[in-house]
Amino acid sequence: MKELSLHIIDILQNSITAGATLIGLEVLENISDDLLTIRITDNGCGMDEDLVRRVIDPYTTGRTTRKVGLGIPLFKLAAENTGGTLTIESQVGKGTVVTASFGYSHIDRQPLGDMAETMHQTVTAHEEIDFLYTHTRNEKTFFMDTREIKKVLDGVSLQIPEVSMWLLEFLREGEADL
Amino acid sequence: MKSLAELAAIRAKTINDVTMRKDDHAVRVVVGMATCGIAAGARPVMAAFVEEIAKRGLEHVTVTQTGCIGVCRLEPIVEIHTPDGEKVTYIKMTPEKAQKVVSEHLVNGKVITEYTIGAAE
Repeated sequence: MKELSLHIIDILQNSITAGATLIGLEVLENISDDLLTIRITDNGCGMDEDLVRRVIDPYTTGRTTRKVGLGIPLFKLAAENTGGTLTIESQVGKGTVVTASFGYSHIDRQPLGDMAETMHQTVTAHEEIDFLYTHTRNEKTFFMDTREIKKVLDGVSLQIPEVSMWLLEFLREGEADL
Repeated sequence: MKSLAELAAIRAKTINDVTMRKDDHAVRVVVGMATCGIAAGARPVMAAFVEEIAKRGLEHVTVTQTGCIGVCRLEPIVEIHTPDGEKVTYIKMTPEKAQKVVSEHLVNGKVITEYTIGAAE
């Protein structure tokens, strides 16, 4: 993985596999404190303490826990290489919160990458799931709640070409504005 | 700036054109988006499909994601599911190959055999 946004796609897939109906993604670029924080919150099936331990370690993840493999260990490594950390808080039946922090200016910090494309693909490929996306860079914030968008669409698919392109432009403009 | 009002206008226009998507006629493009696929370049492949399909206004095609298909060394992998129940698996995809699959397979109905998993084995 060369970009943090690629790790984000991967971790979002875990939430989707966990049966989440609402997934929050928060990207916080706090340049003054030299800190980048990425937090993924879902209301999926959650994990017990034992499974949380195992998803963090690549060598004890078996095929029975197929929804997680190398994704979390790679994301953790990307954070730790910059002096940051990765934490998982999870409760069976409630959901999971994955938080990764990065040294913003650390030479080994991967670039965030194309967040507009990342969110567009995830949101359009999983129309049955709602996403809350917040991207903050210092004082400015871009916010997207797919529930608001779907309310306007009232049953029309996000996959309709014109709708899909509107969403991509909406995301690109929001990201460019930060 | 893109607004929700603009989206409402797009909705009003499309509802006249297609009413609702008829799922029984739908073609599904499924991109493997697990760790293996992502690391091998699945995101730009999916982006190329989305863009090319939108550009050609292919209302009956949906692009979606799945997990690991099981042959990680052949990623990025893309499956095309057609309404007749057939499935074609394309391997080692690139954005350029994706554009060709849209024009040849999705528009003209011709499978590009040399990109398929059958050709590799």
